[in-house]
Amino acid sequence: MTESLLVDMRQITKKFPGVLANDQVELQVKRGEILALLGENGSGKSTLMSILSGLYRPDAGEIYVAGHQVSFKSPREAIKAGIGMVHQHFKQVETFSVAENVILGSKDAGFTMNTKQVEKEIAELSQGYGLQVDPTAKIWQLSVAERQRVEIVKMLYRGSKLLVLDEPTAVLTPQEARELFQVIKQMTTRGQSVILITHKLNEVMEVADRVTILRNGKSVATRERSQVNERELARLMMGQDIIAPTKRKLGNLGQPILQLKDVSAPSDSNRAGLCNVSLSVREGEILGIAGIAGNGRRELAEAIVGLRSLTGGSITLCGKDVSNFSPREIIEEGVSYIPEDRLGSGLVPNLGAIDNLILKEYRRPGLGRGPFINRKLAKEFALRLIESVGVKLTGLEAPVKMLSGGNLQRILLARELAAKPKVIVAVYPVRGLDIAAAEAVHQMLLEQRSKGAAIVLISEDLEELLKLSDNIGVLYKGTLMGVLPVTEAEPEKVGLMMLGSQPEEVKAS
Amino acid sequence: MTQEFLITILATAITAGTPILFAALGELLTERSGILNLGVEGMMLVGAVSGFIFAVKTNDPWLGVLAALVGGGLMALIHAFLTVTLQANQVVTGLALTLFGTGLSGFLGKPYIGVPIENAFKPVNLGILSDIPFIGPVFFQHDQLVYLSYIVVPVLWFLIYRTRLGLNLRAVGENPASADSLGVSVYKVRYFYVTLGGMLAGLGGAYLSLAYAPTWLENMTAGRGWIAVALVIFATWNPLRAMLGSYIFGGIDAFGFRAQAMGIAIPSFFLKMLPYIFTILVLIMVTRKAMANRVGSPGALGVPYDREER
Repeated sequence: MTESLLVDMRQITKKFPGVLANDQVELQVKRGEILALLGENGSGKSTLMSILSGLYRPDAGEIYVAGHQVSFKSPREAIKAGIGMVHQHFKQVETFSVAENVILGSKDAGFTMNTKQVEKEIAELSQGYGLQVDPTAKIWQLSVAERQRVEIVKMLYRGSKLLVLDEPTAVLTPQEARELFQVIKQMTTRGQSVILITHKLNEVMEVADRVTILRNGKSVATRERSQVNERELARLMMGQDIIAPTKRKLGNLGQPILQLKDVSAPSDSNRAGLCNVSLSVREGEILGIAGIAGNGRRELAEAIVGLRSLTGGSITLCGKDVSNFSPREIIEEGVSYIPEDRLGSGLVPNLGAIDNLILKEYRRPGLGRGPFINRKLAKEFALRLIESVGVKLTGLEAPVKMLSGGNLQRILLARELAAKPKVIVAVYPVRGLDIAAAEAVHQMLLEQRSKGAAIVLISEDLEELLKLSDNIGVLYKGTLMGVLPVTEAEPEKVGLMMLGSQPEEVKAS
Repeated sequence: MTQEFLITILATAITAGTPILFAALGELLTERSGILNLGVEGMMLVGAVSGFIFAVKTNDPWLGVLAALVGGGLMALIHAFLTVTLQANQVVTGLALTLFGTGLSGFLGKPYIGVPIENAFKPVNLGILSDIPFIGPVFFQHDQLVYLSYIVVPVLWFLIYRTRLGLNLRAVGENPASADSLGVSVYKVRYFYVTLGGMLAGLGGAYLSLAYAPTWLENMTAGRGWIAVALVIFATWNPLRAMLGSYIFGGIDAFGFRAQAMGIAIPSFFLKMLPYIFTILVLIMVTRKAMANRVGSPGALGVPYDREER
């Protein structure tokens, strides 16, 4: 029976400090099939696959590949056994060319590396699968989708029989995702197997042959795709029925609060910064900003909050010109910022909850007098905020880096929303959060909207944007391709704009 | 007189630059693997003293060189254990090793201060090469260790840029996680190049005590290890540019020395300061240029690698 199985993982258990990431997980992959590994964030999918690819070592359990028991001590051994993993965060050396990344660690290239030969092999290999990559290009010059193809080519070059893709569509437009699915379907016709890690139900229904569902580190079920529907999958994944999201009514939009006029700003690299971006956000409006990474999303957020100086144009807040104000002056004007790395620019990892919560407050009279801070008042202030967002903390002084992503984000929001902001700039506010925490964050943002805040929501998740936004703007190479009312923003259309089409062109097609 | 003077300055630039060159090459390899080694000064001193002691005891300068390689390598092995295995702060461990190396070499070398060495490295004539006008006296009338450096530089350049080993080395320094996921052992690579780097620093020290001086003086490196660290940045981690940079530093060193002899009325303290002032200026210049061109340091320089870090 085991002969028909390519991979058989039995009773896999893996503990991290304080977390049981995998608890006696069972997983089987047949030859030539696409197996979806479905589960929420934190359900142990990535951990399980890191074990299969030799990155982590399991605390208990057995792994069989093609009927033989294996125990991978390193990724090299897993690759040798034909298991190739494409990580969510690509493992690539940005300063290397595509070819150099592909042959890295491989012994086939010879001691002095016959680069020309390797480039030719890579070109042939990638064409065979319909994967377009230029072997001579440097990684930093490539788009995310291209970089993902490089990762796949890397594994195919090593003769992988099983390709593990960790949430591959998270960084792709709908069109790019479809191309990817074509590629992996083609792989199965050649007898190769694919594990698709995902938390998106529609992807499972679209490409998978079978699906294994993980919940809280346990494998709860394995089904044939033909025998399940999305509703059942959702119940298995979350352990309960999800409440269908209520179609919310559009907000009552008031006066324009935040206005950008022809704003240009540089980027950190040679990529596009911002180029003549004009937009306006009104009272009680959520403006969603879509765009592929590297097209100016982060630059836009940083320009608004004063972290990136403008090279042209102006930003006005309630009619007042705030162009090139310092971050502190912008804060005084009532702008809150929820940055993309909550534990880097958002919170100070090694400080406790109290110190983090008073960071924007301690200068004002009340908490402090002159250079001194009244710790007692500070603690009361912090407790009030913590209570308002419903976080349970074991210690107020413990470094916040010990907290889970959801709690971190709640604390950050508590601080940023405490001062009743006029403008909120939120970048990927629910990235990496589980469904409950994400829902709480969304509710907080919607609440602020109904209180009249003007919100700029920058996200890589189109579904999130469609759910929350009143209008959606799309950034491409630093230019705003257009702003669509959410009622007109179909995923397909936004996807094409993210790839550089004008909204008119999209309508015409 | 001017041509003779120029030849002397250039030839001295090479001998004065060679100890810095060896140390810089070592630091370059270490940093390419992602580890910052601020213990170069200490490793040079340990190399210098162990080389001197063994050369005096055995009367064979080559055994001295061997001892210097071992001494510098052992120091670096401590650094590798602290930074790679224990993932300690690399700045702190490097500084600690410099302090340790300074003290240890002073202690070991105490009985050898002023001891004459009979079999020091001496200039070797390379026949026809040494007779080429101008080129010959500048480049080919030196000792064997200088000739060794002429070989080491292109070999290292080829290793880094043209071989699979070099690809692995650069990948480990740029992005250890990606190297690891493709089966390149980050720990092995780092241990290897940190140790090799220390051996080269030791060799640089031995050049001072066995060829350049040749004698043992406490703290005889006089900051050359630090100059080597700065030089690696100037060289943008390229051995050929490290060679050029070392000779420039050597030249400034030599010039300060000669200017005094020629009776140029500049205070000797100022002339002694020259290499260090130049170091600071170079650092300011290349940092600005590096920022502009984004020819930065290895991406993972100074960052310990932990595979299971979440």
